[in-house]
Amino acid sequence: MSGYSISRRGLLTGISAVGASAALSACGAKTGDTTSTGAGAQADTSGDTVKVGLLNSLSGTMAISEVTVHNALLLAVKEINAAGGVLGKKLEPVSQDGASDWPTFAEKAETLIKDDKVVATFGCWTSASRKAVKPVFERYKSLLFYPVQYEGLEQSPYIFYIGATTNQQIVPALDYLKKRGLTKLYLVGSDYVFPRTANKIIKAYAKANGMEVVGEDYAPLGSTEFGTIVNKVKDAGADAVFNTLNGDSNVAFFKEYKSAGLTAKSLPVLSVSIAEEEVKSIGTQYLDGQLTAWNYYETTPGAANTKFVAAYQAKYGKDKPTSDPMEAAYISVYLWKAMVEKAGSFDVAKVKAASDGIELDAPEGKVTVDGATQHVYKTARIGKVGSDGLITEVWNSGKPVKPDPYLKGYSWASGLS
Amino acid sequence: MTTTTSSPAVVAPTSRSLPERLRVPAGFALGAVLLLGAAPALLSDFRLNLLAKYLCYAIVAVGVSLAWGRGGLMVLGQGVFFGLGGYAMAMHLKLTDAAATGETLPDFMQLYGTGDTLPWWWKPFADPAFALAMTVLLPMTVAALLGFLVFRRRVKGAYFAILSQALAAALSIWLIGQQATTGGTNGLTDIQGFFGYSLDDPVNQRMVYFIIAAVLLLLMAGVRQLFVSRFGELLVATRDSEERVRFLGYDPANVKLVAYVLAAGAAGLAGALFVPAVGIISPALIGIVPSIGFVIGAAVGGRASLVGAVLGAIAVAWAQSTLSDALPAAWTYVQGLLFVVAVGFLPGGLASLGAVLRRRRTAAPTTAPTPATAPAPTTGETA
Repeated sequence: MSGYSISRRGLLTGISAVGASAALSACGAKTGDTTSTGAGAQADTSGDTVKVGLLNSLSGTMAISEVTVHNALLLAVKEINAAGGVLGKKLEPVSQDGASDWPTFAEKAETLIKDDKVVATFGCWTSASRKAVKPVFERYKSLLFYPVQYEGLEQSPYIFYIGATTNQQIVPALDYLKKRGLTKLYLVGSDYVFPRTANKIIKAYAKANGMEVVGEDYAPLGSTEFGTIVNKVKDAGADAVFNTLNGDSNVAFFKEYKSAGLTAKSLPVLSVSIAEEEVKSIGTQYLDGQLTAWNYYETTPGAANTKFVAAYQAKYGKDKPTSDPMEAAYISVYLWKAMVEKAGSFDVAKVKAASDGIELDAPEGKVTVDGATQHVYKTARIGKVGSDGLITEVWNSGKPVKPDPYLKGYSWASGLS
Repeated sequence: MTTTTSSPAVVAPTSRSLPERLRVPAGFALGAVLLLGAAPALLSDFRLNLLAKYLCYAIVAVGVSLAWGRGGLMVLGQGVFFGLGGYAMAMHLKLTDAAATGETLPDFMQLYGTGDTLPWWWKPFADPAFALAMTVLLPMTVAALLGFLVFRRRVKGAYFAILSQALAAALSIWLIGQQATTGGTNGLTDIQGFFGYSLDDPVNQRMVYFIIAAVLLLLMAGVRQLFVSRFGELLVATRDSEERVRFLGYDPANVKLVAYVLAAGAAGLAGALFVPAVGIISPALIGIVPSIGFVIGAAVGGRASLVGAVLGAIAVAWAQSTLSDALPAAWTYVQGLLFVVAVGFLPGGLASLGAVLRRRRTAAPTTAPTPATAPAPTTGETA
């Protein structure tokens, strides 16, 4: 094989070229050095329109939920444009598909910021997708408005959390159960961050409030095998089930629950991830009388909600329900608009500085932005699923609850973070 | 046989403008100029960073080309090795990030963890040399153990593919369950530094790109040498006629094991480089779907051809980024269709398209060149 040695020599030359060029490229900042890219430096506000990013999963397992949020965002953008835009500029929505895949979310976030030069981005649903994009928004000092209730314990300077944190959903739900004397809880959840963190909080709360957790089970996301879990629930002697299952798993869980002879009367289930859209897909007959914890229902009274529901259904169809994350997404665009107008600028630092105390008569009631945490004061609402598939409120917190993402104001939660 | 420096299994030699012996070094030099010169000069930081990500997939494809293209091993579980390499690197980077801010625990452990102490199996990863070694050794060890058990028992074809997939599913489910120590579904995110260099700085992002491009080129050079070595010929022989190889006195199980372990090492290396380039490693990159994704590029480009597999991986990843912007819901179908078409109708991938077309044109069957996946002509080369 005479050609052999020659190709080897050629390779060696190539390899040394590779090494040399790698060594030539300079090294940049060390960890800890502050690099200033300038707040919002990438955003393009020069034209008559400004671009806003909509980052939702339009394909993949999360699409069923996230498309509704996407629709609500588009509705808000359309309404704002019809009313003259923001600071005299029309909004141009740029949609990017996160495809239910977390690294894709990070890539698309970067596309929106660097390529589309958006002034702000709205979206993400799962905690994993938010965690994936968080460093991107922090690196480029660009704003994300996150519309979904989540597990707390986070406070990025470049994210506004418009959904509930735990003390606006989980904790009030526990207060409600305690008030009703349902003190023995069985915890069922999907195996990911939100249920695991929520259950940690529930256990700490239970310990401090004389409640008892009689069982705790996790099913993989997308799992449809609930025979064993439901049997365990049945035999555990619980007063109520606290359900943090997400997505399709709820369908299988509630079918199994009903066929095991369990009902809302004999053993109520309080769910924190089932909104109007999910009620429809699970089937009303399986959920009749069961409890949910949110900050908004389609039936929430008030002129702002009547207008929102009418506008949404006029755009997307009479049979389309509105839900808590959709409402939060919808108001997130309005909240951003109010911040920009108060700041008189699209500049990220100025918008952040202007955020504290921004108020809005939202479909869910009055909401106020807390500038310190970049969360929102929200009213907690416990609802009951009716036979018509709508959820009606049975209890609320009376006034908007101050957001407390790290549960600093709760002595029983001191060991949690 | 002085003319066959190119592998016996790819396209048989046809008319070429460059002299045979200059073809490979010239191709390598062209690749180096494109990746290390043209791309960084022409692309924005953002596009270059995307290319860095695609090149990571291409590194996996180099291994796929070796194990599947040449060895006939349907490696549908490369996500496992990619993940092991990625986690090994990310664990080290999370620990150094934590140390830089004076913490002993990575951020997610402070939030979701169960105690104040680092789990014992995290501790050695604080050492950069250990972590770097593990990015390759960990996947290779797992592959060696699995391969040893599987190939000894002569598990082949679909059974091997199913086993690989099951392992990928199992690892991703296990990682999701260990939220306190692995970050669960979130994975390890928000990686700030890379061996002391801030990843927020575009200059350092470029550096990461150069490292990835250099690793890819070196790996391609190494694997190409392997293709034309006696081992490469033995591997193809094992793929095409395992029994005959056994009768000749070789142990096919060992041959396959080596290819499988090397492919796992490449995937581990790719995972490790993916972490600084993208800043995240999560179970979403390990399960069944991403594992299939890793081989699609190689299948489309031509798994038996090293360059075909690498270009295929880059092209498919690029198409995914671009097409999913325009047609979000359609991408999954396109991906599936590509795989079916490539495996079903063009087993040699796009790299064999020329040969297939030429064969169509030259009607006389006696002069037809050997297609990519047909058994290699049996000559005296291996003896």
